[in-house]
Amino acid sequence: MGDILSLVAKRLGFGLLTLFVVSILIFFAVELLPGDLAEAVLGQSATEETVAAMRDQLGLDRPAIVRYLDWLAGAVTGDFGTSLVTGDRVSEKIGPRFGNTLFLAAYAAIIAVPLAIILGVIVALLRNSIFDRVANVATLTSISSPEFFLGYILILYLAVKAGWFPAIASLKSDMSLVDMMERTFLPALTMVLVVIAHMMRMTRAAIINLLASPYIEMANLKGTPAWKVIVHHALPNAWAPIINVVALNLAYLITGVVLVEVVFVYPGIGQALVDAVSKRDFPVVQACCLIFAATFILLNLLADVGSILTNPRLRHPK
Amino acid sequence: MSIFVIGYYALLIGASCLAAYFNKRSIFLLLFSLLLFSFVMGIIGGQGALLTVTTLAAILALAAGISYGFREFLVQLSDSNVGKAFGGGSVMYWTVLLILVVLIFGGWMLEWFNPAVFFAMLVVWLILPFLTDQTAKALRTAPLTAAFGMFIIFTYAIMGIFAEYIAPFGEAEIISDSFAPPDDNMLLGADQLGRDMFSRIVYGSRNSVGLSLVATTLAFVMGAGAGLMAAIKGGWFDQFMGRFADVIMSVPSLIFALLILSIFGTGLEVIVVVVAVIYSPRVFRLTRAVAGNVVVMDYIEAAKLRGEGTGYLIRKEILPNSTAPLVAEFGLEFCFVFLLIAGLSFLGLGIQPPTADWGSMVRDNATLISFGDYTPLIPAAAIALLTVAVNFVVDWMLFRSSGLKEM
Repeated sequence: MGDILSLVAKRLGFGLLTLFVVSILIFFAVELLPGDLAEAVLGQSATEETVAAMRDQLGLDRPAIVRYLDWLAGAVTGDFGTSLVTGDRVSEKIGPRFGNTLFLAAYAAIIAVPLAIILGVIVALLRNSIFDRVANVATLTSISSPEFFLGYILILYLAVKAGWFPAIASLKSDMSLVDMMERTFLPALTMVLVVIAHMMRMTRAAIINLLASPYIEMANLKGTPAWKVIVHHALPNAWAPIINVVALNLAYLITGVVLVEVVFVYPGIGQALVDAVSKRDFPVVQACCLIFAATFILLNLLADVGSILTNPRLRHPK
Repeated sequence: MSIFVIGYYALLIGASCLAAYFNKRSIFLLLFSLLLFSFVMGIIGGQGALLTVTTLAAILALAAGISYGFREFLVQLSDSNVGKAFGGGSVMYWTVLLILVVLIFGGWMLEWFNPAVFFAMLVVWLILPFLTDQTAKALRTAPLTAAFGMFIIFTYAIMGIFAEYIAPFGEAEIISDSFAPPDDNMLLGADQLGRDMFSRIVYGSRNSVGLSLVATTLAFVMGAGAGLMAAIKGGWFDQFMGRFADVIMSVPSLIFALLILSIFGTGLEVIVVVVAVIYSPRVFRLTRAVAGNVVVMDYIEAAKLRGEGTGYLIRKEILPNSTAPLVAEFGLEFCFVFLLIAGLSFLGLGIQPPTADWGSMVRDNATLISFGDYTPLIPAAAIALLTVAVNFVVDWMLFRSSGLKEM
C-alpha cells in the first residue's frame, strides 16, 4: 500500500505545483498590458490625474510580486477583489454563477456518464458490425460539430418548432428543482451529446484494447459467452481507463460550458467570463480563468489518481 | 394509408428479404432495424416522419454515390503514376514551388493581379508527388467516409480559392433590406445588414479556413521544431520544454485564448499567435514521442558517428520515418484550431466585421432561429461539415498507420 500512497501524494504535489504556476501565468499575463492597468482601463482620453487616482486605488505603485501575493492570498480565501466596471465584489458576482455552472455540468454528467459507458461497451461488443460503423460516424460527427451548432439545432427543433422546452435558460432563485431541470434541459442535452460521443469512443477503444490480450482469448476459447467475457474478464481491468475517460470528460464539461452558456443565455460563470473579456474587466477575467483552470487541473488530477487506485497491478503488488 | 406509405414499407420489406436471400448480413440488419424504427416513427409522427426518413436516406445515398465516384476518380488519377517523376524532390520541383509562392505573395501584397489561379496551381503542384500507384493501392481500400471527407475538402478548397469568381456579390456589399428572405437574386437571403448570405458564406470559407490553416501551420512548425530538438538534444532543454508544455496544457484552451485576447485585443495576428501557442504543446508531445522512438535506432547512431549535423539528422533520418503520425496530427490539430477560432468568432472575439466569417455569421443572425428560420444554421453547418470531413480522412489515416486492421 505504501507504494500507492507515495504515488498519489506525488501526483497531488505535482497538481498543486501546476496550479501555482498557472496562477502566476494568469496574474502576470495582465502585467503584459501595453502601458499599465490604469491606462488600459481608462483609455486614451483619460487625464493624468484620473490615471494617477486609478493607480492609487488599484495599488499599482507597489511592486508586482507584492500585488501577486496579495491577490493569491485573497483568491485562496475566495476574495478576488472588486470589479473595475461595476465596482462590486467579484466573489459576490461570480459565486452564485459558479453554482449554476456546476449544476448544469452535474446535470449533463448524470445523464451522460452511465449512458456513454453502457453504449461504449455495447459498441465494443458489436465491433466491426454495421452498428459499430454507424456509431463511429455518428460520434465523429457529434465531436466535430461546434457546440453552438448542436445548441441551435436543438433550439430550432425542440424549442421553436415543437415547443417542448424553453429556448432560453434563465433561472430564478425561487424555482423548484423540477422547474430548473426543465429550464436547463436543452443546454444540458447539448453538452450530453458532445460528451457522450467522446466517452463512447474512448470506452470502446479501452475495451477493444483489452480484448486483444491473451487471457481474453483464453476465456473465449473456453466458450464463455461474449457478454460474460466483457463483464467478468475485461471490465475489471478496464475501470482504470474508463475512470480516466470520465474525469477527462468532466473536465471538458466544466470548460466547454462557455459556448453553451452563451447560446442559451444561461447565467453561469462562462457567460460572466465572456462579458468581462469584452468589457476588459480584468479582475473578473482573472477570477474566472483561475476557477476554470483550477477545476480543470483538479479533474485531471482525479483522473490520474483514479487510474492509479484502480490499477490492479499497483493494488496487489507481488 | 397513402400510396407513399404502402410503397415505403413494401420497398423496405422487399429490400430486407432480398438482402437476407443473398446472405448480406450487415445490409439486412441495417434495413430491418430501419423497418422496425419506421414502425415506431410512423405511429408517432405519421407520414411526415416517414417522408423525413426517405429524404435522409436519399441524401445519404447521394453522398455515398458522390464519395464512390470521387474515390474512383482519385484512384484513376493516381494510377497514372505522374508522381513518380517528382519523387525525391528534384531541383526543378522546388524551383517551380518557389516561383509560385513568390507570385502568390507578390499578387497578394502588391495587388497587381489576382493570385487565385497561382494559388490553385500551388495546391495542385503540392499534391502531384503523391499521385503514385502506391497511393492508388491505398485509396482502393479507403472507406467511403474517407472519400467523402476528401471530396468535401476539395469542394471547400475550390470555394475558398476562387471566392471572387463564385460569389455573386462582395463580402461587405449591402444589397437589400436586413433579413430579406431568399429570392431570385439571393440564394439564401440577406443577413442582419442586408448583405447576401451566400456570398458571405463563400468568402467565409477563405477567411475562416485560411486563418485556421495559418495558425495550425505556425503551431506545427513551433511544436514539431521544439519536439525534434528536444528528442535529439535531450537533457535540460527536453525537461524544460516538457514542463512548459504541461503548464500550457493544464489551462483549458478556450479560457487561455479568452485571457490573452482580453489583454491584447482581437487583431488577426494576435489570434494566430495565441492559438498557435495554445496548440503547439500537443504537437510537441507527439513529435517528441515519435522522434524519441526513432532517435534510439542504430542508424541514427551511425549517422551521428559519421559526423552528420542536427539538420541532416532531422531532414534525412527522423522526418521520413515519422511522417504518417505527423500528417494525421496535422489534420486533427486543424480541427481543434478551426473549432477554437470559430468559437472565438462566435463569442465576438475572433475575426472582426465586416470580414465574412462563419462563427460571427452564426452569432449575428441567431435571432432568426426564434422565428423558426434555419438560415443561421448554414454557416454553423459549414463549420461542422469541414471538421467532420477532416476527421473522416484522419480516422482512415490513423487506422492505416496503427496496423490494428483486424481488431
